[in-house]
Amino acid sequence: MPEEQSVKIAVRGLTKVFGDEPERALELLRQGETKQTILERTGQAVGVADASFDVYEGEILVVMGLSGSGKSSLIRCLNRLNEPTCGEILIDGQDIVGLDHRALLEVRRRKFGMVFQHFALFPHRTIRENVEYGLEIQGMAPEARAEKALVALRQVGLEGWENATPGQLSGGMQQRVGLARALAVDPDVLLMDEAFSALDPLIRRDMQQELVALQNRMQKTIVFITHDLDEALFLGNRIILMKDARIEQVGSAEDILSNPATAYVERFVAEVDKTKVLTAGAVMRRARTVAFTTDGPRTVLRKMEDEDLNVLCVVEGDFRLRGIVRDETALAAVQRGARSIQDIIEPGIEPVSPETPVRDLFGPLAAGPLPAPVIDEAGRLKGIVVRASLLQGLAEAGLANGNGSVEPETPEAPASEPSATEEHAA
Amino acid sequence: MIEIPRLPLADWIDAGLDVLTDQFATATKIVSNLMETGIEGAVETLMWLPPWASILLISLLAWRLAGARTAVLALLGLGLLWNLGLWEPTLQTLVLVLIATLIAVLIGAPLGILAALSPTAYRIVFPVLDFMQTMPAFVYLIPAIPFFGLGPVAAVFSTVIFAMPPAIRLTTLGIRQVPADLVEAADAFGSTRWQKLAKVQLPLAVPTIMAGINQTIMLALSMVVIAAMIGAQGLGGEVWRAIQRNEAGMGFEAGLAVVILAMVLDRITQGIGRRNPSRAG
Repeated sequence: MPEEQSVKIAVRGLTKVFGDEPERALELLRQGETKQTILERTGQAVGVADASFDVYEGEILVVMGLSGSGKSSLIRCLNRLNEPTCGEILIDGQDIVGLDHRALLEVRRRKFGMVFQHFALFPHRTIRENVEYGLEIQGMAPEARAEKALVALRQVGLEGWENATPGQLSGGMQQRVGLARALAVDPDVLLMDEAFSALDPLIRRDMQQELVALQNRMQKTIVFITHDLDEALFLGNRIILMKDARIEQVGSAEDILSNPATAYVERFVAEVDKTKVLTAGAVMRRARTVAFTTDGPRTVLRKMEDEDLNVLCVVEGDFRLRGIVRDETALAAVQRGARSIQDIIEPGIEPVSPETPVRDLFGPLAAGPLPAPVIDEAGRLKGIVVRASLLQGLAEAGLANGNGSVEPETPEAPASEPSATEEHAA
Repeated sequence: MIEIPRLPLADWIDAGLDVLTDQFATATKIVSNLMETGIEGAVETLMWLPPWASILLISLLAWRLAGARTAVLALLGLGLLWNLGLWEPTLQTLVLVLIATLIAVLIGAPLGILAALSPTAYRIVFPVLDFMQTMPAFVYLIPAIPFFGLGPVAAVFSTVIFAMPPAIRLTTLGIRQVPADLVEAADAFGSTRWQKLAKVQLPLAVPTIMAGINQTIMLALSMVVIAAMIGAQGLGGEVWRAIQRNEAGMGFEAGLAVVILAMVLDRITQGIGRRNPSRAG
C-alpha cells in the first residue's frame, strides 16, 4: 500500500519548456492554455507542464503516454538530462534542481542508473567495459569494478559474454547489457526509457518478466517509461498517464481501468483487453478434491463419483503436483486388480502460475476437457481453472457478454459453449 | 561624378605584416634556426641508414599497419626511387611532410575539438577555414619569407596553414557524429565533460579523425612540392630545377616520385584508420 511506503522521489510543480523564451510559455500555462496553443503562439515547446507526483521506495512506477505526451521529457528531468524550467525534484528529501554541476554529477553517479530505448551501448568497448562504465568514471579500481561488472552480468544472465562487443549480440542481449550497466553502479533508482520498446514481442515479454523478478529480488525503485498500455499494466505497481505534457491520472492498474479520471483515459483504456489483467489466481477454484499418489484406483474412483468429476489432479502428500488421473484409466486399473494409481498417473499436464493472464488459458482449456492446475513457486497445487470458472471470472469483470471482441486469439468465444466441462465445476 | 578611391587593401596588409615581422623577428629567427637544425638533423639521420635498409623498414611498417599489398607497393616504388637516384630528395620531402603534418595535427585537433563542443568556437573557426582553403596556396609562400627567410622553415610554415583545415574539420565532424544517445548515456552515468570526451566522443571519432589526418598529409605533400619555389629542397626542388632547365624527362621522374610517395603515405595512414575500432565494432 502506497500509504505505508516511504517516498523516494517527490516531484512538485515540475515544468519543462524547450525554447529560448520559457517565461512566455509559463505565463500561458498558468492561464491554462494547451501545449498546442502555446507552440502556435510563442514557438515554445512545452515538454512537461506542472507535474506533481511521488515515487515510492521499491515500486515500479510506469509513466505512460503516446509519443509527444512528455513522458521522455519527464524522466530526463529526474536526473536533469533535461534542465527543469521550474518546480522541485526532491530525492530522499534533497532538491536536486538547485544543485551545481559537481553535486549533480554526484547525484547521477550515486542515485541513478538509466536504461535506454536503443540500448546506447558503447560500440568501442567490450561488454565488460560497457558494464563497468559507471564505476570507471567514479574512479573505482579496475579489479573491483571488473568484479562488480561480473556480478551485474550474472544477474541478467550474460555470464561468459564479457569479452564480446555489442555488435555481436542480439537486441535482447544488448538490452540485458544495458540493464547490467545500470545495475552495476547499484543505484537507488532505475530510470528505464522505453527500455523494451525496440525488442520483438516474445523477447519483450521475457524481459518484462525478468524485470519483475529482478525487482522482487533487489527491491529497486524503478521509473519505467512506455507507450504500451499492456506493458504498463503488466509492470506497474502504479501508473502515471500523460497527455500533451500534463498528467491525466495517477493510480494502480485497476484504478486506471475501472475508474478512468478523464474522458481521455477512458478512451485510452477502452482498447485494453481486460482479460490481460485478469489472472489465473483470480479465477481459479480451490481444488477441494485431489488424488494422492498413495491412493488406490478404487479410492480415486469414489472421489470422482462423489464430486461428479472425470479427471482429478494427483499430488504428493505435501500437495506438490504430480499429474492427473482419468476415470476410464482408473476403472481399467480396478478391473485388472491394480492396488496403486502410480502407473496410471499422466504427468504431462502443464501447470500455470497464479500470475498467468487468463487469456493464456483459453487455448489449453478450449483444446480438451482437462483443467489447468495452478501451482505456487514451490510447485504446490493451489487450485484449478476449468472453463466454467474462467467464464464466471470474465462475467464478473463485465466482459463475457456484450462486445464480441473479448480476445481475437480465442479460437471459440468462451460464451458460446460452456457445457463441455460443466462437470468439473461441481 | 563621384570617384570612389581604390581601397589600399594591399598596403594595409603589407603594413600589418611589417609590424608582425618587426615584432616577432627575434622569435621567428630563433624558431627558424631551431627548426632548420631539426629538419637537417632528421634528414641526416635518415641518410645515415643505407637506402635499402630504410626501404625495408618502411615496407615492414607498411606490412604491419596496412597489409601485404601496401608493403609490396612500398618496396617496389621506393626501390624505383632509389634506382633513379632520388632517394635523398624523397627523404627531404618526407621529413618536411611529416613535420608539417605533426604541427598541423597538434594545432588542428584541439581546435577541432573546441569547435565541436562550443558553438561560439565553431562560428569563429569554420569561416576562417573556408578562407584558408580557398585562398590560392602560392599566396602563403609570400609572407612566409619575411618571417622565416628562404628555406625549409618557410615551406613548413606555409604548408601547415595550407594542410591544417581537414584535420580541424574532420575532428569536429567526427565528434559531432557520435550518436546523441551515447553522449546522453555518458551524461546519465555522471561523466564529467572531460571523461565524456576521452572515453566516448574521441574514441568513436578516431576513424573520422584519421581520415582528416590522411587528407592533411596529402595536402602537405602537394604544398611541400610547391614550396620548392621558396627554397624547400626535396622532390619539389627537383621538379623546379627541371622546369628551369626545360628537362621534361627529369621533371616527370621527380613527379613520379611524388606520386609514389603519396600512394605509400596514403595507404599506410588509411590502414591505421581501419585498424582502429569503429562503430561497426
